[in-house]
Amino acid sequence: MRSVILSVTAVLLALLIGAGILVLSGASPVAAYTALIHGAFGDAQAWQRTLEKATPLVFSGLAVAFAFKAGLFNIGAQGQLLVGAIIAAAVGFGVEGLPAWIHAPLALLAGAAAGAALAAVAGALKVYTGAHEVITTIMLNYIAINLTDYLADGPWKDTSPGNIVARTPHILDTAALPTWGPVPSGFILAVLLAAVIYWLLWKTTFGFEIRTVGQNRHAARYAGMRVARTVILTMVISGLFAGLGGAVETQGVVGRYQPGFNVGLGFEGITIALLAKTHPFGVIPAALLVGAMKAGSSQMQFVADVPKEIIDVIQALILFFIAAEFLLRRLLRLRAEAGEEQLVLSTGWGSGE
Amino acid sequence: MNPWRSVWNHNRGKVLTAAGLIILVFVAYARNPQIVEAVLASSLRQSIPLVLGAMCGLIGERSGIINIGIEGQMLLAAFVAFLVNVHTGSLLLATVAGVLVGALLGLFLAFMSVTLRIDQIIGGTVINMLAFGLTGYFYQVGLVTKGKFTPIAIPVLEKIPVLGAMFFRNPPLTYLTLLLIFVVQFLLFFTPWGLRTRAVGEHPRAADTVGIDVYKMRYMNVTLAGMLAGLAGAYLTLEAVGSFERAMTNGRGFVALAVMIFGRWNPILSWGAALLFGFATALQTQLQFMRAVQIPHQFIGMLPYLLTIVVLAGVGGRTRPPAAVGQPYVKE
Repeated sequence: MRSVILSVTAVLLALLIGAGILVLSGASPVAAYTALIHGAFGDAQAWQRTLEKATPLVFSGLAVAFAFKAGLFNIGAQGQLLVGAIIAAAVGFGVEGLPAWIHAPLALLAGAAAGAALAAVAGALKVYTGAHEVITTIMLNYIAINLTDYLADGPWKDTSPGNIVARTPHILDTAALPTWGPVPSGFILAVLLAAVIYWLLWKTTFGFEIRTVGQNRHAARYAGMRVARTVILTMVISGLFAGLGGAVETQGVVGRYQPGFNVGLGFEGITIALLAKTHPFGVIPAALLVGAMKAGSSQMQFVADVPKEIIDVIQALILFFIAAEFLLRRLLRLRAEAGEEQLVLSTGWGSGE
Repeated sequence: MNPWRSVWNHNRGKVLTAAGLIILVFVAYARNPQIVEAVLASSLRQSIPLVLGAMCGLIGERSGIINIGIEGQMLLAAFVAFLVNVHTGSLLLATVAGVLVGALLGLFLAFMSVTLRIDQIIGGTVINMLAFGLTGYFYQVGLVTKGKFTPIAIPVLEKIPVLGAMFFRNPPLTYLTLLLIFVVQFLLFFTPWGLRTRAVGEHPRAADTVGIDVYKMRYMNVTLAGMLAGLAGAYLTLEAVGSFERAMTNGRGFVALAVMIFGRWNPILSWGAALLFGFATALQTQLQFMRAVQIPHQFIGMLPYLLTIVVLAGVGGRTRPPAAVGQPYVKE
């Protein structure tokens, strides 16, 4: 309960400072926020937009939150999402003659596997060479951006007449994910996945190992746990979620891979994971919040003439206030709950341990 | 122990590799002087923001603070330097503004890590996201800079073969950076401030016991170091490119951290590492330009990032960061 109060306070403070920035740059925060809310929840179409925007964010939020549990910072969710998106597209347009009930899941799995493979590189580098995952995953992001740009503008480029931009062909109908009313099926998948992760983390031995490694690597090793294996597997599963998020985005919303359509989704996963206090069920409302901001931002830009990048600023501020728990607790006169897990990422910086 | 001596003792391999590369350059120069001069000059240009970022990182880490926000410091500084240049037309004012923005973000990082005791990696991420958001929000298409720094040839010295083209025909911020590398090296290893800084990063409790104010040192150093990242940002808009684009730092702030590790938290060695990164990029661009190799440009674009991973993987287990890096210090 207290962590919910902290998260809500962080969001409100971020919106308040965001309003301050709007005033400074000569815009009306009331008009901007009204347009934002209207664009996100105003009608059925707006709701669908919000859910569509939130869907990949649940996946990337889960990816980052899951890695946090083992004390790993997967900044590479962005790159994993990109390779997942393009591989799902390739399977989606390239494999013909399959029934939908095989084709769509196959494309999803291929995308997930691509994300997992990229994340596995970072996990293996950390375990075997001591290279910190924060830098290696960021570097892999840039490599993934270049690789996907190359594929979308080279071997997998859409060659239909009239197309000059870098993008893959449209996926076949059999690979597309349906939308039920305003609810994309990918969103349902995301919610189910959150439940699976909850079960994995708190009801299985492997989950216990992950959390122990995250809390104290030395104690985990002393207790006979295989830390190296846990670190690599955690990265693989985290990359799997991110890749799946990219695949869902391709198959459910965009319909193809096009560079620039997935920008920032992986980074937003960081804000979402921390806003959710790294709890899988918390990720869903956190992703809905950020998804709503993204869905409403176009209308805000159109109606209130406010550049939609303001939501990036607000997200950074949310991250700051969430991280500045110390400050918030003092502000709200809240004490830390017993047994609360502390998030420590800076151990092992620059060396193996 | 004499730090120069220790550099030699620990880095024989690197020093010998560097010597080998230099000989190779002279052989190549004998065959085609223009291209060699172009590649070397370009290597130096590429190395400037990297070595500035690396020095920002190493001053922070030497004082016990991890800074992964260098990318954001560079980006926001580049943007503000650009804006100041657009509105005042003064390159000097623009540089000062960039440096101040870097310092301000450094102060913010110090506040987060020292006072609020936020995990330093999250703190750096906040800075990166904030810089990305603010530059995106305030960026307007169509603004043009009023000029950029132009090269100043140093008489006589510029006539030296190879070295003249590389070192003595540069714009002012490059000269300033070259000077700063040696200044920071001197300050870190030969002054009381340097000794205190390293003490605070290795064993803050002991430093505290002998009367060093750990909080003050960390605040001061991370802020000062931020000025270097700010200068790197100013260099990008005012000297290298001459304009601003969204996310134009392109990961240089993170590559700089690999440069710092490869350079063992030492300014001069970091510069060597930065030159190596710059050389790899410059060589690839040149090969591409001469059509000596046919590789899609995206693969060339991957090169510095791949090199970063290789470097981190290669030296990761064998280097030792300052002992207290990443840990908030709590006074008793």
